[in-house]
Amino acid sequence: MKRLILSLLSLPLLAGAALAQDDVVRMGTEGAYPPYNFINDNGEVDGFERHLGDELCERAELNCVWVTNEWDSIIPNLVSGNYDTIIAGMSITPAREEVIDFTEAYIPPAPSSYLAMAGMNPDLENGVIAAQAGTVQADFVADSGATLVEYATPEETVAAVRNGEVDAVLADKAFVEPVANESGGQMVLVEDVRIGGGIGMGLRSSNDELRGQFNEVIVEMKQDGSLNELLVQWFGDEADTW
Amino acid sequence: MFSFCSDPDTLEGAAWWACYLTTRKHLLFYSSFGTVLLLLVITAPAALTLGFGGAVASRSRFLPLAWLGKIYTSMVRGIPDVLFFLFVPLALDQGLEWIRHHLLCPEWAEPIRQDGNFVVCREAKLPLSSAPEWMHEIYGFLLAVVAFALVFGAFAANVLAGAMRAVPHGQLETAAAYGMSRAQVFWRILVPQMWVYALPGLSNLWQILVKATPLLFLLGVEDIVYWARELGGTKTSVYDYPHGDWRLYYFLVLLVFYLVLTKFSEMGFDRLTRRFSRGQKTIGSSSPTPA
Repeated sequence: MKRLILSLLSLPLLAGAALAQDDVVRMGTEGAYPPYNFINDNGEVDGFERHLGDELCERAELNCVWVTNEWDSIIPNLVSGNYDTIIAGMSITPAREEVIDFTEAYIPPAPSSYLAMAGMNPDLENGVIAAQAGTVQADFVADSGATLVEYATPEETVAAVRNGEVDAVLADKAFVEPVANESGGQMVLVEDVRIGGGIGMGLRSSNDELRGQFNEVIVEMKQDGSLNELLVQWFGDEADTW
Repeated sequence: MFSFCSDPDTLEGAAWWACYLTTRKHLLFYSSFGTVLLLLVITAPAALTLGFGGAVASRSRFLPLAWLGKIYTSMVRGIPDVLFFLFVPLALDQGLEWIRHHLLCPEWAEPIRQDGNFVVCREAKLPLSSAPEWMHEIYGFLLAVVAFALVFGAFAANVLAGAMRAVPHGQLETAAAYGMSRAQVFWRILVPQMWVYALPGLSNLWQILVKATPLLFLLGVEDIVYWARELGGTKTSVYDYPHGDWRLYYFLVLLVFYLVLTKFSEMGFDRLTRRFSRGQKTIGSSSPTPA
């Protein structure tokens, strides 16, 4: 038994020693929130944040790999060290800043929208509104006086509107707008609201060096206009830019 | 996959389906059926071995060992298995990292538990964050296998202990009267005869194990449920193959898969029952019963 434990402990150690030289930065994302991040038809992480992240890593000369994690445990698993960054359309909020640190924002504060079935005229003040659990939109709905129904994934929030379980869903406009446009007129955007600050990358508070590296290249991309290009490419001509 | 799939927007009808069903994501979905079968193939013998050990331990004359065997079987029997599947991988992962942390980073000053988070030093992480992704996936899968083997080992221990008691006592006494030692009685008389009594229980257990495999999804392994949900979700035009909410159809495929698996299992166990009943006076035996 003792030998078994020892070999279990040392096996990954040996494998790790050979690999430790080239430090890998593990980029954690949700993979379920197009166009920010999603799993494309090749089974790979894709979307605005994939392209931004790859560009940032290249500029900072970092060796990055992509991993996905459920949204509801994305912060605890960052803190535990299962990956090194969160790059998942996460708004920078004071509550989150108590637990993790954020880089400079890479998406400026952008509107959120209510999505509902066409012709339903939902009561946004007192009705039943869906939001993904643990998002700034969920906090907003809870404070607005409406009845909040939370779901684990963005997909389920939209399905809840279709099933009639809720009157509307509140999410980032960039996510719900394509859903409305491609619903064949079945679903519409009801109202825009401005919630929260910009979107940034989350890192462990002990990881200031990596945060500095990313900050440097984010600022660089803002200045040379390449970040704006990427924003327009993924969020359309009306996207808020820097 | 096919040459005509290069521009999905222009596809229609059969060509669209041919391309859609052979995207790399779908191939990952198909191969995840292998993950489930692999889990079954590894877990079943592991659980049987653990179960055998547990059954033998609970029969032991050495009391502490007997208690250990009995605690093992009754503990897992009484606790909902979903709880166990959530607890064991987490506890195992944190336990190993805790040991490694104390061995590898003795100079670390901060506490391991910080505001409810479990934080160990970088060198103690399992697998190391610099390890390639497949090592992370195999590690997660192995944790799941251990959880499955532990839970189903306890069930199997119960079944096997019962089967050992069911072997007619006269058989064992006769063997002892012939001068066989305790070990000889056990290996030559008891074990060969107990299987036929154990088989109905074990076949039930196998069926429960098959039905429990979607719990892999709960443990973060990319199994068939993960991919079915991922593929079935609404796809806007940002994807190559946009479609509505198809989760129903994908889950229907899983349903059929499990039905087919059940059918094959039943056929397999029927054969095993015939095999083990040979020459034994039991129900299900094909040999003529002596009058």
